[in-house]
Amino acid sequence: MLRFVSLFDRRTCNWVAAALFGLAVLCFSPVRASAQEWPYLVTYSHELEEPGNLEIAFKNVQAAPVNGNSFISSTMELEYGATAWWTTEVYLSGQHTQNDSTIFTGYRWENRFRPLLREHFINPVIYVEYEDINNADKTFLEITGHHSIQDLWVPNDVARQTVERSIETKLILSSNVRGWNFSENFIAEKNLKNEPWEFGYALGASRPLALKARSHNCWLCRENFSAGAELYGGLGDRYSFGWKQTSQYLGPTVAFNIPKGPSIVFSPSFGLNDNSVGVLWRFKVSYEIQQIGSYFRRGQ
Amino acid sequence: MIVRKSGSFAALMAVCAVFLCIAAADGAWLKNVPDADRQRVNPYAGQKDAIAAGNRVFLDKCAKCHGDDGTGRKKKPSLRTDRVQKATDGEILWLLKNGELKHGMPSWSAMPEPMRWQVVTFVKSLGTSFFGELNRGGGSEESGR
Repeated sequence: MLRFVSLFDRRTCNWVAAALFGLAVLCFSPVRASAQEWPYLVTYSHELEEPGNLEIAFKNVQAAPVNGNSFISSTMELEYGATAWWTTEVYLSGQHTQNDSTIFTGYRWENRFRPLLREHFINPVIYVEYEDINNADKTFLEITGHHSIQDLWVPNDVARQTVERSIETKLILSSNVRGWNFSENFIAEKNLKNEPWEFGYALGASRPLALKARSHNCWLCRENFSAGAELYGGLGDRYSFGWKQTSQYLGPTVAFNIPKGPSIVFSPSFGLNDNSVGVLWRFKVSYEIQQIGSYFRRGQ
Repeated sequence: MIVRKSGSFAALMAVCAVFLCIAAADGAWLKNVPDADRQRVNPYAGQKDAIAAGNRVFLDKCAKCHGDDGTGRKKKPSLRTDRVQKATDGEILWLLKNGELKHGMPSWSAMPEPMRWQVVTFVKSLGTSFFGELNRGGGSEESGR
């Protein structure tokens, strides 16, 4: 425990305490809500937010890169189901690096559309995102291009000077088969300045631990857990497509969907080559407020 | 003249939108269900435990729109109507899987199929006396309600 605490300074501890407080507030909030989550932290499935629902999520990554300072990055995610075929989402990101500083790193605005209105064996979703983030961003929400561990060595005050405004697109393909979900994401990202297209991918497979609900209320039932694995990484850019000089990660992932409460997802992602960080410890808490609009209408 | 034309166009669009809403509320989705799906047999039909389990899932996922007792809320439809109660279990399962995305009903394909059958079993119980027993706590010894 002491060793863990010594990894971070006091400011980080305050941040962690604030996050735990937020989690406690979510857990004991009187608003009835729930979120059924696949246990993915990078990969997207074709599941969209239900129309009128708002999901609030905190995605966190902690890592200690070789020759670099430990960091913790946190992203707040507000996801709204605009219609049953369109979900829109805003991300606000920040990070704290040990022996360095705590900074806001930028925002993203994401939209996902389901072009096919019925369920098929493979279900496509079109993803379009605008990003305004600086180079100190350590959210690892996706990996594209030649992202490498060396990018994490740059001090915050230098890295934050460069702001990237980019468009990121994804083709999401996803299938639900006999309780399993298989999702494949193909990513193409373009900095709006004159830089080449960068590519990446994410693959995920997962399954709930039980396919039937029990007839009585219970917290630790198997149906409330799902587990799986994710593989993701960069695929270079337009001029040097492939795995050379990219970072790649693979890891198990598990989700706990607390009935009428938040969902918690945890995953250690292991770096698969020298360009990758050894382990990314990922942790997400999400909470879904059903039919958010009804709380603002008279008489509700 | 242009203003008048655009006004007519808007009125036409409004009529179309109303017509589409009425069509959706009128169960137009039923026509889209393939025969093979329509005829599927619910493995849990009438089972009290499945109704209680389906009720739990319904309260968690569906009740915010359709009401705790399935009578619907605002523009969200009631599940106690003849149209729903006379639909086959296979038709309701198909709707849960595919949704009616144009009209706001999301797809629940991420929910495992056995769990969807439990929800179907519960929805069909809304037209029976068992739902009343369940609400009084007498439906299933395990229901925990």
